[in-house]
Amino acid sequence: MATLTKQQIGTVLAKQGILIAFAVFMVAFTLANPKFISIDNLFSVVRSSAILGVMALGVTFVVISGNLDLSVGSMMSFSTIVVLDLHDKIGPALAIPAMFAMTLCLGAFIGFLVGYLRLNSLIVTLGMLSAIHGLTLTYSGGQNMDIADKEGTWFSVFGQGSALGIPVPILIFVALAAFLGIMLAKTPFGRKVYAVGGNGTAATFSGIRRARTVFACYIISAFCVATAGLIQASRSLGSQNTVGQGLELEVLAAVILGGASLLGGSGAIFKTVIGVLILGFIQNGLLLIGLQFYVQFVVTWVIIILAVWLDIAAKRGKLWSPIA
Amino acid sequence: MTDPVLHLDDIVKTFPGVRALDGVSFSVMPGEVHALMGENGAGKSTLMKVLGGIYQPDGGSIHVGKERVTMAGPLEAKAKGIVFIHQELSLAEELSVAENIYLGELPRKSFGRVDWHRLAEQTNLILQKLNVGFDATTRVGDLSIANQQMVEIARALTVDAKAVIFDEPTASLTDAEKVVLFDVISDLQKEGVGIIYISHRMEEIFKITDRISILRDGQYQGTVNTAETHEEAVTQMMIGRKLDLSRNETHHELGDVALEVRGLSCGKLYEDISFEVRRGEVVGFYGLVGAGRTEIAETLFGLRDPSAGQILLDGEEVRITSPNDAIARGISLVPEDRKGQGLVLGMNCRDNMTLPQVQDLTSGPFVAEGAEVAIFDQYRDRLDIRTPGWKQLVGNLSGGNQQKIVIGKWLSMHPNVLIVDEPTRGIDVGSKSEIHKLLRELAAQGYAVMVISSEMPEVLHVADRIVAMYSGRIMRTFTSEEVTEDSLIQAISGLGGHEAA
Repeated sequence: MATLTKQQIGTVLAKQGILIAFAVFMVAFTLANPKFISIDNLFSVVRSSAILGVMALGVTFVVISGNLDLSVGSMMSFSTIVVLDLHDKIGPALAIPAMFAMTLCLGAFIGFLVGYLRLNSLIVTLGMLSAIHGLTLTYSGGQNMDIADKEGTWFSVFGQGSALGIPVPILIFVALAAFLGIMLAKTPFGRKVYAVGGNGTAATFSGIRRARTVFACYIISAFCVATAGLIQASRSLGSQNTVGQGLELEVLAAVILGGASLLGGSGAIFKTVIGVLILGFIQNGLLLIGLQFYVQFVVTWVIIILAVWLDIAAKRGKLWSPIA
Repeated sequence: MTDPVLHLDDIVKTFPGVRALDGVSFSVMPGEVHALMGENGAGKSTLMKVLGGIYQPDGGSIHVGKERVTMAGPLEAKAKGIVFIHQELSLAEELSVAENIYLGELPRKSFGRVDWHRLAEQTNLILQKLNVGFDATTRVGDLSIANQQMVEIARALTVDAKAVIFDEPTASLTDAEKVVLFDVISDLQKEGVGIIYISHRMEEIFKITDRISILRDGQYQGTVNTAETHEEAVTQMMIGRKLDLSRNETHHELGDVALEVRGLSCGKLYEDISFEVRRGEVVGFYGLVGAGRTEIAETLFGLRDPSAGQILLDGEEVRITSPNDAIARGISLVPEDRKGQGLVLGMNCRDNMTLPQVQDLTSGPFVAEGAEVAIFDQYRDRLDIRTPGWKQLVGNLSGGNQQKIVIGKWLSMHPNVLIVDEPTRGIDVGSKSEIHKLLRELAAQGYAVMVISSEMPEVLHVADRIVAMYSGRIMRTFTSEEVTEDSLIQAISGLGGHEAA
């Protein structure tokens, strides 16, 4: 067949739209600034995407289970501030587990509300976004948090160190992605996450404890957020209260770009990793062609809309709704 | 000889790799009820989508009256007087009956305000024709399913309908509600409207239709006059072989009592329910929708807490607190709503089938996928599930094959008690009789089986004993030898039934 019908073009566009748009984008940006495709730049993109990426791994579980997590940005601020504060008070060896425990408690609270009380996850986590922000400010008294002795602490290894020439944040991201990817794809728990998100009622009728599964997804999300907070704190050794502000949307954009459906039941860790990289390259490319940093907030929104649109379009096989 | 209101001539529709419709012709005369029958996948839905303008045919022509037409879309079909009453209702529950009927074309006054007065008047005129017990201002959400269907029909009557297509209209109606629907159909008939009636239910087809057209594998098998044929002949045309419609006469050797229920109650849903199911026995639960049968099954499966009474498994009293608990105690439930409760449609066949036992099917920390495939293969062969492979998404299978996946899922748990709720709802005749045969075989193998069904031929066909329920109570229990259709109907209507254990 030499000619494609209009409908076939539409289907291909809808299904592969993100990848096509991404390819066009890469070519255009390389033409605009050849530095874009240099090894140095590629490396820097991956490194700067690691924090976002780690958070996106956890949110992938939540989204596949059919829920949302909009609290990850302010929860990451919380983790960062807490670990920096405790670093000077009780030392890094105790500060890190203490911060993880506190962050997991927040995750457990959200998991309880969404899983066991069956409250709407959008409302719960949107509220928690604000509540945790307040908690962080109360904790810090509104002050920036800085480590006193920035030179003499081994704490900086998580954000600034490298092994075999690879930065530690990238190593953490890759290791966590591999671990969680296998968990989601290969274990009974992973299967249950897909079942609960795909059809919660049918999962219940199959003897799956739905509340427990959703609860576990939020715990995993909180664990990833704590890890991201650790990398962030370790990289800068000092932080504002608002360091994670707005990240929730970028994380969501990466997860959706990776092809996870907001309706639940589909998605995968490796797809999310691709989504994270696409987002990272786009933001980097915009900076390289000389646009202001702040443009990326608008771009993130555009990407979310585009990704959601193409997801829906792929499902109905048309770009436009026949009914609307 | 009058002209047909609707005539389809040699319609061909192909999809990549499939010839979904292969030269289908048929016509509907004014005032005729014309049944369209065929197994799932025979091409009925595709044909209706071609007629409704959702698909464009690759060959053949459609004529409305004498005019040859091309249906560009659903709106055009409606404008030409071809009206569809779908199986799944599409009504706005929070709006009134009148608003639903005239949605999108509400009568207007000045400044675009709605003319409520005229709206109510127009609506009540139509409702009078339908002879229903509600009026224009009733909120649709407050109506029964049957009455909601009446609203759909009323919507169809706002245009000058030439042909009305009913797609499985009785799937969720009670027997009394069906009578009302059939009255409406006969009124439409008198007005000279042609009716296309799609249904799997033979009794209805023979009761209300004039002619029957049959499709098999996308091919037109022929049209017969209803009065000159009988069920077996039609079935044979549909599936190409004979169907066994007799009542159950075989009995298997009965084992111990696997499940006993004593005085079980759950608020007002059902009260004082006592029965037992032995190994090797199929007990049928027959009654109208809302008689409390599904609720009993849900209680036994740990989805509801009983307010009184005892449940005994193998003679031992148990409290079943959750589905997980029920599964651990060897109870399996094939639920009533296949798509809503039975399957994760976006998951593949294998994963759906092994879902209840995925926690135990492990090697190390991982799911043992090899063992899963082995289970899937075993039940695919045993139940004759037709799918290209285990990777196929369940949502892409036909209704009958989907139901077999659900049954396979629960058989693979090797239950002591198997509860099946409406096992053949909405699936075709061929798969239906296979499932009936399977239920009998399971009993022969020593399973204790509870079958809940709203179809009399089904309970007659599979059950050793039949429990008749009415309004949350057991009216009478019959053995398959003593049961007659009349006594059964009386019992489930609350007439002349005697309390019997």
